[in-house]
Amino acid sequence: MATVEVRDVRKVYLRDSQELVVLDGISIVVAEGDFVALMGPSGSGETTLLNLIAGIDRPTAGTVTVAGTELSRLGEGDLARWRSRNVGFIFQFYNLIPVLTALEQVELPLLLTSLSRRERRERAATALKLVGLSDRLGHYPRQLSGGQEQRVAIARAIVTDPAVLLADEPTGDLDARSAAETLELLGTLHREFRKTIVMVTHDPRAAEKARVQRHLEKGVLVG
Amino acid sequence: MALPLSYNYRSLLVRWKTTLLAVSGIALVVLVFVALLGMSSGFRHALRATGSPANAIVTQKGSGTELTSVVPKEQTDVLLVDSRVQRDAAGNPLGSPEQLVVVNLKHRRDGTPTNVAVRGVTPAAFDVRSGVRVREGRRFTFGLDEVIVGERIAQRIQGLDLGGAIRFQKRDWRITGVFTAEGSGFESEIWMDSKVLRQAFNRREMSQSLTLRLTDRKHLAELAADLARDPKLQVEVQEERQYYEDQAGPIASNLLYLAYFVSTIMGIGAVFGGMNTMYALVASRTREIATLRALGFSRRSVLLAFLIESQLLALAGAALGCALAVPVSGLSAATSGPTFSELAFAFRITHEQCTAGVIFAALMGLAGGLLPALRAARMPIAAALKEA
Repeated sequence: MATVEVRDVRKVYLRDSQELVVLDGISIVVAEGDFVALMGPSGSGETTLLNLIAGIDRPTAGTVTVAGTELSRLGEGDLARWRSRNVGFIFQFYNLIPVLTALEQVELPLLLTSLSRRERRERAATALKLVGLSDRLGHYPRQLSGGQEQRVAIARAIVTDPAVLLADEPTGDLDARSAAETLELLGTLHREFRKTIVMVTHDPRAAEKARVQRHLEKGVLVG
Repeated sequence: MALPLSYNYRSLLVRWKTTLLAVSGIALVVLVFVALLGMSSGFRHALRATGSPANAIVTQKGSGTELTSVVPKEQTDVLLVDSRVQRDAAGNPLGSPEQLVVVNLKHRRDGTPTNVAVRGVTPAAFDVRSGVRVREGRRFTFGLDEVIVGERIAQRIQGLDLGGAIRFQKRDWRITGVFTAEGSGFESEIWMDSKVLRQAFNRREMSQSLTLRLTDRKHLAELAADLARDPKLQVEVQEERQYYEDQAGPIASNLLYLAYFVSTIMGIGAVFGGMNTMYALVASRTREIATLRALGFSRRSVLLAFLIESQLLALAGAALGCALAVPVSGLSAATSGPTFSELAFAFRITHEQCTAGVIFAALMGLAGGLLPALRAARMPIAAALKEA
């Protein structure tokens, strides 16, 4: 069964009254439990495609269906609610909130659920344990290394058990060792927890960890 | 679901320099606002407290103030024997015919001239005005060139010292006492024997006002109607407290308008300052806001979070402003009163003024925070995530 289904998607930006075609007739299917790497030179539209799947941008034409919901049918409020339940986002620069501790960062998406405070704290602590940071619960981002920050971000992405994990160059800002640890973690999530993962990367070694590699060039899927 | 409050206050604490500047700006405006309200309230209180609800004051019809009023002796005599006027144990009517003149004296601080009200009273004045107490020294002796001075005016005018003498109308007046009058406008006056005043100022035997203690407050309306009906009597009667409150009206209202006007001008400045701060906060957190939205927080949650932050800034400013304003309470100030003479009063800063200050600050916070909060909430997520 497909978790992500992108059909004939076109994305056009208007810049100084000129049309800029970022994605041109993209169709891609990601099966449940699959791990797909989207690759391509910078500016080929892979991050835009990821944003469309995440429901934080809308296509100019075509449809994006994730976990059975066609995203173009949802209004802003419903889309926000849908994101909170179905998408876990991992960013290149971690995007942690500077004033929250590791535990609070991971608890953040759970605030949008009906869980009690105790349940939220327990789940956040479990997610942090899974990424190997159970001894860093009270640490702020400034007290963590880049690799640790990215692991907190991964814990935040998985804590709601979303339908799909979307990673935008998750190793792009990390040293080789931290990058390897992060990829290992993503691999574990895929293998052991059957997580559906779509990852944008420019690093061939990172892409090797994925089960499927797809290539984009100038907004078109070429492989 | 809203973001936790800890997110808001920690965000403000982390950027403590920006926060401090914004809070200081709001605090300054609240300080001025509360102090001006305290001034208006103090002035109103000084005149309101001047009258007693048990007393009625008789003045010339249409005179406006005591200073321009004339109540002829024969009319005073008629009123003093009225059955509705209370009598003391000896059977004397509790009615005080009084004169009011203005003399020019000098300020203690810089020697600049100012008008001071001098009230000529009969012995009944001390019974009718039960709030008047000689705090130091003794009452003046009737028939002698002696005076007692109100506590507030004594602090402000040169030579108004107990045991000393003050010179006006080419005579030296010995100061035998300093009196208080429950913070009322009488504390800005000099009191002396009514007969001696008439002599010194070459006045006919008449008074400018007649204050009566009525046997029952309910008789006031009846007495007013009787006076209005009698064509021979060119006088009107009012409750004494109401009379002084009406006198306070225009000046207290002007002070109140001044408070609103100055505070509004300053408030507009503070709103722009606050808005600038909030825009800066939003700009520096573009990616953070986009991340929250990507995680699933709604536009409303983000809007609310930034409005809460601006309110926290405003309330911190209000608390600081009120804390700075409280010591101003009780400080003495003076203005020209209804008789064109100096009326000293104390700033009155109570919970009422502070509450108004907090509401004012909250409105400033709302006005300054709304547009930046809307901007934060409407940010396109994908574009904002790319921001450094």
